[in-house]
Amino acid sequence: MHNPQLNKNGELSHLLSVEGLPKAILNQILDTAASFMEVSAREVKKVPLLRGKSVFNLFFENSTRTRTTFEIAAKRLSADVINLDINKSSASKGETLLDTIDNLCAMHANLFVVRHASSGAPYLIAEHLQRAGRDDIHVVNAGDGRHAHPTQGLLDMYTIRHYKKDFTQLRVAIVGDILHSRVARSDIHALTTLGVPEVRAIGPETLLPKHLDKLGVHVFHDMNEGLKDVDVVIMLRLQNERMTGALLPSAGEYFRHYGLTPQKLALAKPDAIVMHPGPMNRGVEIHSAVADGPQAVILPQVTFGIAVRMAVMSIVAGN
Amino acid sequence: MNIEIKNGRVIDPKNGIDRSNTSLYIADGRVAGIGEAPAGFAAEQSIDAAGCVVCPGLIDLGARLNSIEAELAAAVAGGVTSVVVPPDADPPLDEPELADRLVHRGAEIGRARVLPLGALTLGLNGERLSELAGLKKAGCVAFSQANKTVVDTEALLRAMEYAATFGFAIWLQPQDYWLSRNGIAHEGEVASRLGLAGIPVAAETIAIGTIIQLVRDTGCRVHLTRISSAAGMALIQRAQHDHLPITCDVGVHHLLLTENDIGFFNPHARFCPPLRAQSDRLALSSAAASGLAAICSDHTPVGADDKLLPFGEAKPGATGLEVLLPLTLKWAEAAQIDLPTALARITSAPAEVLGLSSGHLAVGASADVCVFDPEATWQLTPEALKSRGKNSPWLGYMMTGQVKATLVGGRLVYQAFG
Repeated sequence: MHNPQLNKNGELSHLLSVEGLPKAILNQILDTAASFMEVSAREVKKVPLLRGKSVFNLFFENSTRTRTTFEIAAKRLSADVINLDINKSSASKGETLLDTIDNLCAMHANLFVVRHASSGAPYLIAEHLQRAGRDDIHVVNAGDGRHAHPTQGLLDMYTIRHYKKDFTQLRVAIVGDILHSRVARSDIHALTTLGVPEVRAIGPETLLPKHLDKLGVHVFHDMNEGLKDVDVVIMLRLQNERMTGALLPSAGEYFRHYGLTPQKLALAKPDAIVMHPGPMNRGVEIHSAVADGPQAVILPQVTFGIAVRMAVMSIVAGN
Repeated sequence: MNIEIKNGRVIDPKNGIDRSNTSLYIADGRVAGIGEAPAGFAAEQSIDAAGCVVCPGLIDLGARLNSIEAELAAAVAGGVTSVVVPPDADPPLDEPELADRLVHRGAEIGRARVLPLGALTLGLNGERLSELAGLKKAGCVAFSQANKTVVDTEALLRAMEYAATFGFAIWLQPQDYWLSRNGIAHEGEVASRLGLAGIPVAAETIAIGTIIQLVRDTGCRVHLTRISSAAGMALIQRAQHDHLPITCDVGVHHLLLTENDIGFFNPHARFCPPLRAQSDRLALSSAAASGLAAICSDHTPVGADDKLLPFGEAKPGATGLEVLLPLTLKWAEAAQIDLPTALARITSAPAEVLGLSSGHLAVGASADVCVFDPEATWQLTPEALKSRGKNSPWLGYMMTGQVKATLVGGRLVYQAFG
């Protein structure tokens, strides 16, 4: 099947999902990000790679953190950045997603950073641009429904590579609400593509998608078992609306079974790192002593995230 | 008018007829003879069917006629001579006057026969019964909820008791409301990978289980529409084995496609019920092959704006009237089903579901006839379709099997050029 992310030469034209991307492209992104880390440490934090280009942040769903890091990344590449919160403006006036895109194309957009509540929305946009022959306009998925959050997945990989160097010797556990998590899906594809031999998913049956084993993941319901000897723990955010109802009885019971406490973390390898895509729910999925402890790398993740987003935007818009 | 359709391969599945290079004679709107002209027959019109199959007109157990003229033109262009219309029109077909108007409009247009299904409940809301006897009198052939469910099991029980009182049949698409209301794709590997909310197979089996139990208790005649799962089909097979008055059909797309055809969120692969796993598709195919299930188009015209949306927001369904025949032929070839058996599933099998005397070509039968070239290929493009619904997962594909002529009651209602 034609992969809509790649152009005729097999180069990355859009970043829609980590799934289906070859290892070489993932490494290219991580290596490029490494070269941008130095830019953020400079007094003048800018490179001219996207000078004169317009980056539109199209957020059909609320987000401050992801949007801000994309904005910073685009500005450090010298792009012009336009932020649009569309969740309540055009859509409520009846304008369709693709009408919005056509309008912004007429404003000479070069790159769309898209977040949308429906899985697959960025694919629809990328295919629309392709049909219109606009291979000069690129799409970066900043999170679509439950499907994918590829830049988060890539910054997680950058973080793991930074602390652990080699992917091929690792045990990685992803803990929590995997069913509703686009981050988990992107992490799983990235980890398996980069050669991590053991990826574990830990959570209650109500928060795990069916057939996870088909994605190359080992499922654990008991967190104590699942954390044994892992090198990396990726905690997921539990959305408020999932905490009570048919999926879980209460936040308290969830924390007792799946919250990361210092005691549970002690089951992992002594040098294990703890990651979280943010924003954290302290006392729900993670204990403050862990979140603020020496093994947590949650704030470095945010810093790396800017370099990774610079890398992605410079690669797609530079191709 | 006397018509001779000559030199064709006449296939009448119901009567076990399959004769090459044979003439079908039609007089006074009825079949007058096969092979031998009746005494004193003089053809006023002859149709050369060399290289073509001459078979009973197709009976489609489910086609939505959003814009009735275009869709009935599409029907006869697809060799379909009778269409069963589900009641989920706007407004729903829940009053005798609405059914009456639809039947008259269909007769006025004079192409395929229109067989409406009345709404089982007012507004299809699953609560109050419609005037079933009144709807029946206005021409409804049975009663249905289309793809809406009767959530309240007591309401369903009473509806079946009431229908049984009058000997009416009820058509139901089995789908548990609670397990399907938030879902958009089969709860399987693909939905997990793409992050699409799932509809488990249990949504279908629970509903079928409930319906079977109520049929046992009421004796109501039930036709189950658009079965999607292997487990659902197994339950129906057992019910038939127990001699319960239950029949079923499958949508032709479900015989050919699976969850994998969603690919990168292709909205044309969104169906209700959803495309399921390969093992489900194979079970549906076996059921259609064995005669457990009839095949229908589930024709659902959807405008471009309602498909150019993210997968979960796009309207489900595909255009079907003009692809029912070629897709059935495609299925038959892939599943190694002989042509007469495949044609039975879209002619005599649906006639049996409906309790109609049509769907075959015995002398005296109404001359509803389809003439098609089984080898001719054509490309499925929006322009190639007479239907207003251009929504299809097969856009751009080559179809094999092309209708050359369609007759309804001995009247030539469609003829292909060239």
